[in-house]
Amino acid sequence: MRMNLEGTSLKREDIDSKRVLTTRFRSNAFYAWDTGRGIGRYLQGLKAGEIWGTHCDTCNRTVVPPRIFCERCMKNQVSWVKLQDTGIINTFSICYVNWDASRVEEPHLPAVIEIDGASQGHGILHVLDEVNPKDLKIGMKVKAVWKRPEERNADITDILYWKPY
Amino acid sequence: MSGGKNEVAIVGAGMTKFVRRAQETPKELAFEAVRMALDSAEMTLDDIDCVIQGTAPDAFDGIHMKGEYLCDGSGGWQKPYSRGYVGGGTGVFAPIQGWYHIASGMFETALVVCEEKMSTFQPHPQGAFLTIFDNMTERPLKPNLLWIFALEMNRYMSTYGLQIKDIAPVSVKNKNNALKHPAAQLGKEITLEQVLNSEVLAWPVLREMVSPTSDGACAVILANKKRAKKITQKPVWISGVGWNLDTAYWTNRDLAYPQYVENAARMAYKMADIREPKKEINIVEPYDPFAYKECHHLEGLQLADRGKAPQLAIDGVTLRTGNMPSCPSGGLLGVGNPIAAAGLMKVCELFWQLRGEAGERQVPGKPKYGLAQAWGDLMQVGTVLVVSN
Ligand SMILES: [Zn+2]
Repeated sequence: MRMNLEGTSLKREDIDSKRVLTTRFRSNAFYAWDTGRGIGRYLQGLKAGEIWGTHCDTCNRTVVPPRIFCERCMKNQVSWVKLQDTGIINTFSICYVNWDASRVEEPHLPAVIEIDGASQGHGILHVLDEVNPKDLKIGMKVKAVWKRPEERNADITDILYWKPY
Repeated sequence: MSGGKNEVAIVGAGMTKFVRRAQETPKELAFEAVRMALDSAEMTLDDIDCVIQGTAPDAFDGIHMKGEYLCDGSGGWQKPYSRGYVGGGTGVFAPIQGWYHIASGMFETALVVCEEKMSTFQPHPQGAFLTIFDNMTERPLKPNLLWIFALEMNRYMSTYGLQIKDIAPVSVKNKNNALKHPAAQLGKEITLEQVLNSEVLAWPVLREMVSPTSDGACAVILANKKRAKKITQKPVWISGVGWNLDTAYWTNRDLAYPQYVENAARMAYKMADIREPKKEINIVEPYDPFAYKECHHLEGLQLADRGKAPQLAIDGVTLRTGNMPSCPSGGLLGVGNPIAAAGLMKVCELFWQLRGEAGERQVPGKPKYGLAQAWGDLMQVGTVLVVSN
């Protein structure tokens, strides 16, 4: 079968020379999110230097980030549980690029950290530091490094990073 | 007869070239794919009862209500028209929507169009993905899209004791397959060494194990049994459909195994009466935005044992000439990845392969059953289509 395919590939010079035209628009959107009852309390906990999860009494499962309902059983019989500020690395990456594909000088070290006190396999996204990337291993024990109390904003970045201990 | 197996057929297919940046607008790209699909079935827009449009985030285009914007380029003018959206899973979900439009008995024919123009977003399309992360607990950490793939790939590798070199043959296979696809953006002769020596983007993800950002469109035409047999001698039947979503709390689930893909596959196999997928599926187009994702998905689809999919590429089982060709099109890694259109490209490929019209890409033998799968959202959706000739 013969395929007659359309679609015209442009090169940077086609645009720069204005051989083909482009119009432009910069979006200027600004949002204020209400944090809700679940994440609101989670963020308040972070300001106090504490990590809170929720336990579903029906499923016997402790999750973090916390939520006021259980998505498995769709019930709201949950209780708040204070978790440890330690955990283990579920997985990690050594990332050398920013979102716009530009290179970073020092690699970012994102990780999923299973929080001690939550049910097995339940973690959060955060970043690692104070570690040589070569030494990183899945299963490694890590602890939170917090901002000083007066610098905290009730934000996930109240934890600066996690480091092996 | 229940469940709708082989009640609806694909009777035409079309696509544009996939390119990094296209001169054409989204509407013009959609039009070109629709035009080719209609011509291939020798149909006109008057023969189309309803139109299903698939396109991924509005953020790429900066156009609100992108479905409405794309309506006329998609042939939806003054017709029952709708847009469905499940992120990267959209390209295989859209024909599933087309299937149930017809299987319901409401319509005899449906046009399914998927379009994506990622290049509009400046300075780099990846920026449009930044808002997929949880707005309160993740975005303040300034994540980029590569993070979640690198995190998932590392978990997959460590769970099964795999190394990057075990997964890299998928890139070699798909990029070389794409050399024979006339629409391909990134087909190239590439060796295992070249893949392994390519730049580390986000370890363990290397440059040559990632699909590009792309502009492009695809379209297929569906018809019920009565109409399909009049339109073509070689209808490709929709034997099974399945879709499934997992939780958006992605840090709370098993990253080594896509349970939701298994759920979607089992739904499709049940409808298609497929009991032993490894034996019965002859040709497969799993979603491969990253090399490890092909492996991940072959396992979820029950076409490989857990942790064993990389061996299929190493052993040549999934080569175009192998026992179960995987991504004979060249996949997203080779043909390109205009999100929603990339999934539908896989369905187009099965249409051409099962009709023996895939030209230089034609797999040997006479494939009977093909499977296309797409994936997306926050690593949480699986969409599966099983077709047969
Ligand atoms: Zn529960």
